[in-house]
Amino acid sequence: MNAALETRGLTRHFGGFTAVDDVSFSLPAGARQALIGPNGAGKTTLVNLLSGALPASAGQVVLGGEDVSALPMHLRVQRGLVRTFQISQLFAELSPLESVTLAVLQRAGRGAVWWRPLRRHRAEQDEAAALLARLRFSDAEATARTDLLPYGKRRMLEIALALALKPRVLLLDEPAAGVPPGESREVLDTVAALPRDVAILLIEHDMDLVFRFAERITVLALGAVLAEGTPAGIQRHPAVREAYLGEMAHAPAA
Amino acid sequence: MRYAAEVALWLLALGSYWLFPDYLGLLAQVWIAALFAVSLDLLVGYAGVVTLGHAAFFGLGAYVAGILAVQGWGEPFSGLLLAGLAAALLGLLTAPLVLRGGELAGLMVTLGLALMLYEAANKAAFLTGGADGLQGVEIWPLFGRFRFDLYGRIAFLYALGVLFLCFMALRFLVATPFGLALRGIRGNALRMAAIGTPVRRRLMAAYAVSAGVAGLAGALLAQTAQFVSLDVLAFHRSAEGLLMLLIGGLGALYGAVLGAAAFTVAHHLLAEMTPQFWEFWIGAALVMLVMLGRGGMLGLLRRLGR
Ligand SMILES: Nc1ncnc2c1ncn2[C@@H]1O[C@H](COP(=O)(O)OP(=O)(O)O)[C@@H](O)[C@H]1O
Ligand SMILES: [Mg+2]
Repeated sequence: MNAALETRGLTRHFGGFTAVDDVSFSLPAGARQALIGPNGAGKTTLVNLLSGALPASAGQVVLGGEDVSALPMHLRVQRGLVRTFQISQLFAELSPLESVTLAVLQRAGRGAVWWRPLRRHRAEQDEAAALLARLRFSDAEATARTDLLPYGKRRMLEIALALALKPRVLLLDEPAAGVPPGESREVLDTVAALPRDVAILLIEHDMDLVFRFAERITVLALGAVLAEGTPAGIQRHPAVREAYLGEMAHAPAA
Repeated sequence: MRYAAEVALWLLALGSYWLFPDYLGLLAQVWIAALFAVSLDLLVGYAGVVTLGHAAFFGLGAYVAGILAVQGWGEPFSGLLLAGLAAALLGLLTAPLVLRGGELAGLMVTLGLALMLYEAANKAAFLTGGADGLQGVEIWPLFGRFRFDLYGRIAFLYALGVLFLCFMALRFLVATPFGLALRGIRGNALRMAAIGTPVRRRLMAAYAVSAGVAGLAGALLAQTAQFVSLDVLAFHRSAEGLLMLLIGGLGALYGAVLGAAAFTVAHHLLAEMTPQFWEFWIGAALVMLVMLGRGGMLGLLRRLGR
């Protein structure tokens, strides 16, 4: 199978500390893959390296066969590699509708149009409104200032901004973190319902959600890949059980 | 309601021609300051790039228009346009330096570039007149007919007309996808990159446009005063532009006009009453406005209007 996203020897040092240590892994086209590991394992740093938010100390990131290691974040995004943030990165003073419209305009190549007013870009605005409606934003919520929305809605907006870009590879960094249990399931169902040709890498701590979603699991510990396999295989994996037993204990038998 | 307020504001601006016939020169200064403040608002209020050196573009525009006239080309509109283009070009050339590092580093670069330009203009006395100022600026009549007069009638109308056209152009610009992108960058540059926006390229464009408009304002001053002094490049001009923005309210264009009008008129009145002490009162007014709440005069008006 050809990989949608692949890394070779990806490494990142912070001073003398190695946060991501020689990681080589691949995400097949259409993957539903989870990345798990204890806090501080280097998961977010890995996403930062993949997306280009941080430069790598060594190694390569290959997107659909193209080496994108030297590309800045926005060019990786334009090639279909999209991420969300563990700590929400939103436009506090804009409404969700304006925010998503920005993303749609940028994807459509109209992000720099200076000769036609925004209100004459109906198609992009309608698309943004439809996406928000699909993610259960009411009209009032879609047009309110983002910083006035409840936390769960802001997490949903994180995802909406990513979906508006129609990604080929989607990296989700703890999308449901801090969201009440009922809503977090909704967040994950939204993600699982994406078209099958989108490759998804999900970072998540809730093992119930991970096992519901993932067809493959990669385990990261101390910056390195500890194990990779099917959910059942990962559950039986001795090194994983040892490193990670406490959090795995309540996982359902798969 | 909003539209009516806008029309009323511009009618008031035009009406001041008949209301205050003895102050046309001062009012022309107001329009020029407003144009400078509006150019700064695009950069600071929309794109979120703070600068301490915007006078560099104002000053360059003033010298280009002034020197053109001294060298024998006093046609006002083409001089204005060339001055704006020169300032925009300088903006485009220096933007990469300003947008390179962090916010504070960029701030220092704007300050440094403006200081360099000031000293360069000071040294190049053969071209700029140096500390004595540029003498002999002769501007031809507008449209070949309307001579710049001692009472400042033509200066008033010319400056207000240019302000109005530039203001409307910028008002259009901020309501386009490009304008929304600038607000997005000010709100969260990381997220803008994460939705695929070339952030630096957008900021460079905003910087060049803002610089160009500041250059137009400088050229207006040179042409209406028919004189250019080093003062057009001085640090206090950059700082006062920021003050006007804070007084009037950031990121709404009209705030810049209100702030520029309030600042220029207050400056004039206070300087007449207490020539040594006017800066104290400007400072006091500023502190009071900040205490009154965010958003400056425009924010205050909006809250009163509710
Ligand atoms: N910018 C940074 N500077 C220094 N250390 C960092 C930085 N970012 C992350 N780290 C360190 O790298 C390690 C991995 O962090 P992170 O990738 O956030 O882990 P995870 O997402 O798996 O919880 C942590 O020890 C963290 O302190
Ligand atoms: Mg993390």
